[in-house]
Amino acid sequence: MSWLNTVFFGWYPYVALTVFALGSLLRFDHSQYTWRSGSSQLLRRKQLMWGSNLFHVGILCILGGHFVGLLTPVAVFDAFGISHSFKQGLAMTFGGIAGIACWIGVALLAHRRLKDPRILATSSVGDIGILLLLWAQLTLGLLSIPVSAMHMDGHEMVKFMNWAQGIVTLQPSSAGLIADVNPIFKLHIFLGLTIFLVFPFTRLVHVLSAPVWYLGRQGYQVVRTTRPVAGE
Amino acid sequence: MKVRAQIAMVLNLDKCIGCHTCSVTCKNVWTSREGMEYVWFNNVETKPGVGYPKDWENQNRWNGGFVRRRNGKIEPRIGAKWRVLSKIFANPDLPEIDDYYEPFTFDYEHLQQAPESKAMPTARPRSLVTGQRMEKIEWGPNWEEILGGEFSKRSQDSNFEGVQKDIYGAFENTFMMYLPRLCEHCLNPACAASCPSGAIYKREEDGIVLVDQDKCRGWRMCISGCPYKKVYYNWSSGKSEKCTFCFPRIEAGMPTVCSETCVGRIRYLGVVLYDADRIEEAASVPDEGDLYEAQLKVFLDPFDPAVQAQARADGISQAWLDAAKRSPVWRMAMDWKIAFPLHPEYRTLPMVWYVPPLSPIQSAAAKGDLGQVNGLPDVKSLRIPVQYLANLLTAGRTAPVELALDRMLAMRAYMRSKTIDGVINDGLAERVGLSGNDIEEMYRLMAIANYEDRFVIPTAHRETGEDAYQLRGSCGFSFGDGCSGKTGFNLFGQKQKTPMETI
Repeated sequence: MSWLNTVFFGWYPYVALTVFALGSLLRFDHSQYTWRSGSSQLLRRKQLMWGSNLFHVGILCILGGHFVGLLTPVAVFDAFGISHSFKQGLAMTFGGIAGIACWIGVALLAHRRLKDPRILATSSVGDIGILLLLWAQLTLGLLSIPVSAMHMDGHEMVKFMNWAQGIVTLQPSSAGLIADVNPIFKLHIFLGLTIFLVFPFTRLVHVLSAPVWYLGRQGYQVVRTTRPVAGE
Repeated sequence: MKVRAQIAMVLNLDKCIGCHTCSVTCKNVWTSREGMEYVWFNNVETKPGVGYPKDWENQNRWNGGFVRRRNGKIEPRIGAKWRVLSKIFANPDLPEIDDYYEPFTFDYEHLQQAPESKAMPTARPRSLVTGQRMEKIEWGPNWEEILGGEFSKRSQDSNFEGVQKDIYGAFENTFMMYLPRLCEHCLNPACAASCPSGAIYKREEDGIVLVDQDKCRGWRMCISGCPYKKVYYNWSSGKSEKCTFCFPRIEAGMPTVCSETCVGRIRYLGVVLYDADRIEEAASVPDEGDLYEAQLKVFLDPFDPAVQAQARADGISQAWLDAAKRSPVWRMAMDWKIAFPLHPEYRTLPMVWYVPPLSPIQSAAAKGDLGQVNGLPDVKSLRIPVQYLANLLTAGRTAPVELALDRMLAMRAYMRSKTIDGVINDGLAERVGLSGNDIEEMYRLMAIANYEDRFVIPTAHRETGEDAYQLRGSCGFSFGDGCSGKTGFNLFGQKQKTPMETI
């Protein structure tokens, strides 16, 4: 079975991340007209106000938590004197709260998408698929919390940190580090990588266009010209 | 002073017969597509009425336009930039499609394919969103046509503010007018201000406000930002779309489709020069009632040599300066002061202006006790309350609207005297502050309304900004993705150039 472990956690991450990066770049370059959030609020406001806000705020917290938690070198936490078990407890608490909020949000959105005739009729396969994929992934993430609670020493968590940091530093052999973890974690990681894989082909691409730059815009107005602009 | 030019529009409501030719021709050209069935870049509303979408003028509900903060700066009514971003996941100020109407078609095929039956087959309605049967159509793009519906609903119209509206529900006091509406191509567009992606922009050359279909990400803040509700969300493409002022036609010196096809000849297109440096100041004046006058001060006199010199320095061509002198919009808005912006209180400095309509004299007046002022009927005895028009066009100030109506009445009286009695009555003109010559010109422009007088549109000089050699054989006009490759970086090593630069 160790070769399967190598395929899924040693090679698959590189396939998924390569498709994620190149696919997004190609789509942005060739088809920006399709690059959008795909909001369905116009057609039905009901359930979206709560659903979308809960989902988005929740997922941003979760993503930030995973990013910082997995990719910050273990030595940094040690240097600040943050114990592994404390960090695990923190991750479980905040991840759990954000996860539950997000899960409720997706549940509302999924119910709306599948049960509202207007939204269902105007949904693509990708719209429904990605929603169910996210929901499954959130469920797995929440299920992993009780599993983690069985070993509060942070030992398992460090394995994931080392694996993730090994993968991003181009060491496929890191797959061996998580060979013996609970299958729920393995499934969660596999689905997570799959989300990266399908990312460029879905509406998820709007994440990369989060318009934070708006906060830095000088004034409010935008004017364009075809005349040659001085100084360019 | 920074001189810019805009092709602006004036609509003479006095001559609008509500035929909807503008709406239909516009629809056929621009919005007969999936996702856009409910969209009318141009629509004609019967006023008083709540309009399309419902209640669009009620900014307490939709939060469109700008507000002036205590420190004298303006910001979108939907909120400062961080507030706009905080609404991005779910926008509380966005109308639902039912506020416009659920688009429908009819089962026309059934008329041909129905089996033999005792009753005539009928074509029943079907939703264009879900494809499902609609048992009853509850609302449409022009549901209030010619005062359709109860007065209690129509009179929710925000323009009744300050008007004792109940008496206008009585049959003998009823009044109505048509209001054709399109994007205002504002000097201070609230849609552009509230677009987090920076996809909505105003063109420096001709003032047309457009949505960059490639850069739009569908955050849908523009729809809330625009107080006229003239930016629409295409539910199929997930992008915002709006009136383009038929820019491919304008660039070629042709009028917009709505103007070209207007059978009543009510639409005018012409160049207006304005001072881009004064826009913010004008939009920020403390009293909303001053916004109309403030906007007039933004416009620049095309006959002023200093303006001409600065305009040339700012890259405006001689053809455009010449056109500005012959502009029908300038004549009506600035020389005669008979055209007004729609809802200046939104602080967007709109550039589609309206000549208020005259209306029949009240029946009481017709019996002989007609209020006369200086030999002309008193505009206060017109059937449409002046306050209503003022709420629509001058943020509630009645004096400018009264003067405009007086001038139009004077024009009628002067020309009647001239053509029927054979008497030139210069006194009539002078009483409204005009000369006989002005009246003759007003008559020529507004009553005769020849094509070449209504539309004075210089062609665009795209050759100054684009490399025609590079553009040869390219995609031409398209909705996004027409010529793919917009990053300036290409995976396959091909050189790219975007013809438009942000300034």
